[in-house]
Amino acid sequence: MNAKAGAFLWGEDITLHFGGVQALESVSFRVKENDLQTIIGPNGAGKTSLLNVITGVYWADRGGVFLREQPLTGLPAHAIARSGIVRTFQNLELFSTMTALENVLTGGHLLFHYGMRDWCFRTHRFRAEEAALREKAEAALAFVGLSATADTLAGNLPFGSARLLEIARALAAEPRVLLLDEPAAGLNIRETVVLGDIIRRIVDRGITVIMVEHDMDLVMRVSDRVLVLNYGKVIAEGTPAEVQRNPDVIAAYLGEV
Amino acid sequence: MRPAGPAATLLIGATVIAVLPVLLPNEYYLTVLIVAGLNGIIALGLNLLMGYAGQISLGHAAFYGLAAYTTGILTATYHWPVPAGMAAAVALVLAVSALIAVPTLRLKGHYLAMGTLGFGLIVYIVLNEATGLTGGPSGLGGIPRLSLAGRPVTSDLAYYYVVWAAVLLCFAVAGNLVRSRLGRALRAIHTSETAAAALGIDTERTKIGVFVLSACMAAVAGTLYAHYVRFVSPGTFGFAASVQLVTMVVLGGMGSLWGGLAGAVVLTVLPEVLRALEDYDIVVYGLLLILCMMYLPGGLVEGVDRLWRLVTARRLRLAPPEDPA
Repeated sequence: MNAKAGAFLWGEDITLHFGGVQALESVSFRVKENDLQTIIGPNGAGKTSLLNVITGVYWADRGGVFLREQPLTGLPAHAIARSGIVRTFQNLELFSTMTALENVLTGGHLLFHYGMRDWCFRTHRFRAEEAALREKAEAALAFVGLSATADTLAGNLPFGSARLLEIARALAAEPRVLLLDEPAAGLNIRETVVLGDIIRRIVDRGITVIMVEHDMDLVMRVSDRVLVLNYGKVIAEGTPAEVQRNPDVIAAYLGEV
Repeated sequence: MRPAGPAATLLIGATVIAVLPVLLPNEYYLTVLIVAGLNGIIALGLNLLMGYAGQISLGHAAFYGLAAYTTGILTATYHWPVPAGMAAAVALVLAVSALIAVPTLRLKGHYLAMGTLGFGLIVYIVLNEATGLTGGPSGLGGIPRLSLAGRPVTSDLAYYYVVWAAVLLCFAVAGNLVRSRLGRALRAIHTSETAAAALGIDTERTKIGVFVLSACMAAVAGTLYAHYVRFVSPGTFGFAASVQLVTMVVLGGMGSLWGGLAGAVVLTVLPEVLRALEDYDIVVYGLLLILCMMYLPGGLVEGVDRLWRLVTARRLRLAPPEDPA
């Protein structure tokens, strides 16, 4: 129990199979509140699988995930979002037929409390909540620098903007934990620098961030802690500097020496 | 930007509806417009389900028929008061549609289309075979007229206003729904259920909710049909009718409430207009549908939209060029 002291989000003994393929094997991890925890590892190491277990897309065969003292195991994806964990996707999952602003408004789905009577008759409460959310959504767009594209259809946005829009949409849900699945994939160097700044500013706002990422420059520059997976197992955990020196990590990335 | 706000469009709609009967040459056209309104109510609900949430139902005519028969049997055979019969019919459809939705909408993919297809066939068979209850293939007659505040609605004109008031009401409610967080949730589910769920949208419950709502709208139309025609027979509510309802939504414009309504009116009125062509009417009807889908894949709404843009673009070109300085 001592190991969990100070832990905010943690996983214990998470095991996941796909048929005969072992995606995750007894993975345990701890994330401190308001840290930027990165998960790295070679392709197929199980990074995205781990995110999918945390967010309820997959259910683990064994083990579980806890937010504070609350077990998240077995909850459907929408209930996990309700508990404050919201994510972005490696292969963009924007609502392409909606505008950028509408995408972000949809991100704020859980912040509404109005009921059927309110939307049916467009009551004062309906209008007040919609107006308040619109302000928050516009702020989220401004936060990632997309104010100018508020009325553009998400499907027409350039790739880099689409990545940022997914982050704005997730932020609109006012999450306690934000999960980013390879946010820098497909971005150029300049866009990646901007992204790094945005991610640090998210952490500054008090949000805990878990990021799966391949771009080592970005990882080393922004992470507080790094978790390294290889073949579905945790092989190292520590600060970026510690992980960089770890012989197991070097071996995993460069092959046995 | 649309040329008019939601309140203004409702007002324009109400005005057109109020004035239209005066312009009609005879009573028969009123009957056509009543049926168009009933189809319009169903198309509005079906559009919420198909155009917004992206779920296909091939059994909406069965909900329409189930409600028509339920209120017909209760009022004609069992002498229930008309409002009680209508309420019971809608309640029954609510329960039955929920029963279909819960298992089929849990699954992703086309299970709803398959489930509703099967349901439609079952209803059709029951209507034909349960002769003691439904009158079988020869139908059920003797259904009383609708009465409002104790007075029967006898004239077609009065019924026209009742039906189109219901259309306007449904249009307003559906419009408010799509402009709320629920409307956004429906459209989100249409493009990515995974992302919708990750943002906290209960996709199952939302899909079940919109399906039941759209079935209930079909049921309302069904009860209005039964107490207008005062005779129901299975042929009206078969698979072909379900397909026609889907066609109305697609032809009018998926994801546009105006479009669905326009599709319903056009596809109800068009056969009447084409009747003058006698034997060739079905050929022309098919040809028109094919041409529409070829050149207006977004439906009639897209056509109006393009026309509107053409007009405004020309106006812009005619305007004097701005001073570059």
